[in-house]
Amino acid sequence: MKNSLFVQGLKQGLPIALGYIPIAIAFGILTASEGIPFITGILMSLTVFAGASQFVAVNLMSLGAASGEIILTTFILNFRHFLMSASLSQRLEESTPKLYRSILSFGITDETFSLASVTNLEDNKKLPFSFLLGLMLISFTAWNAGTWVGLFMGNILPEILQNSMGIALYVMFIGLLVPSLKSSFPIVVVALTAVLAHSAITFVPWIPSFSTGWNIIISTMLGAFLGTILFPKEASNE
Amino acid sequence: MNNTILIVLGMAVVTYIPRMLPMVLLQKLRLQPYIKRFLSFIPFAALGALIFPEILFSTESVPSSIVGALLAVVVALYSKNLILIVLSGILGSFIYQLLFL
Repeated sequence: MKNSLFVQGLKQGLPIALGYIPIAIAFGILTASEGIPFITGILMSLTVFAGASQFVAVNLMSLGAASGEIILTTFILNFRHFLMSASLSQRLEESTPKLYRSILSFGITDETFSLASVTNLEDNKKLPFSFLLGLMLISFTAWNAGTWVGLFMGNILPEILQNSMGIALYVMFIGLLVPSLKSSFPIVVVALTAVLAHSAITFVPWIPSFSTGWNIIISTMLGAFLGTILFPKEASNE
Repeated sequence: MNNTILIVLGMAVVTYIPRMLPMVLLQKLRLQPYIKRFLSFIPFAALGALIFPEILFSTESVPSSIVGALLAVVVALYSKNLILIVLSGILGSFIYQLLFL
């Protein structure tokens, strides 16, 4: 039985779930306060499951933007998952059937992808389906539960606490990255390149800036590309 | 039928397809070593790009974000416990806001 791997996935996903809840609550509150039907917010968290794009979509809906514009913006914002999916496909156990792969791919977010990528299971270089399923399921559940709380229970959190919680997922990313930085020089170079590239795109006026989604894609590819040129070995965070 | 529900369904489709295609199609493909290397670096580049500079604007004020981020980095240097790291980041920015805003 692979039950224990599933449970291990659930446990590993706990920090993501904790980070998602306040953000999903904020999403629910925003949806309710903009006068968007509750069913739309609920369905969005169930079927899209991609944080930033959901906030943007609700915002655009409240402004009365055209359907095509909202859908195109969503596509652009979420296209970075394409890169993550390609990267994760190489970490997944090769025997995983296509149906299972297509189920897992729904759960790819910045957070589940990052956490899965830095995970090394004992005597197992590849990631099994049941582990990823657990990881993604707890994240998905938290995202949807938070959405409901935000929609139906409104402002239960004091504003100052909500403000501080915006940082939760970012500091989780820090927690995922720092151990790899300590153990691998190539990873330092790759991550730093992406940070500098993204900062340059964001802050230097004469460097063209696109939507956040594209800026992240460009910076990520620059960092990974430099690593590929400079270092002959695949990245490993052991 | 509400128009916003149709929009959500469209969003679901355009979000799912890029997530799904590489995962399903790259299964049996023999990738060149340099492409494998490129893909192996993606997570760490993505983490860098996801963290910075957005983290600066993740709370009410840039200084409170910086305090939270720095506290999280310090904790992350000594512990791999993600929950502890996340809580220290939230706490750092929360305390800053309590004191200075």
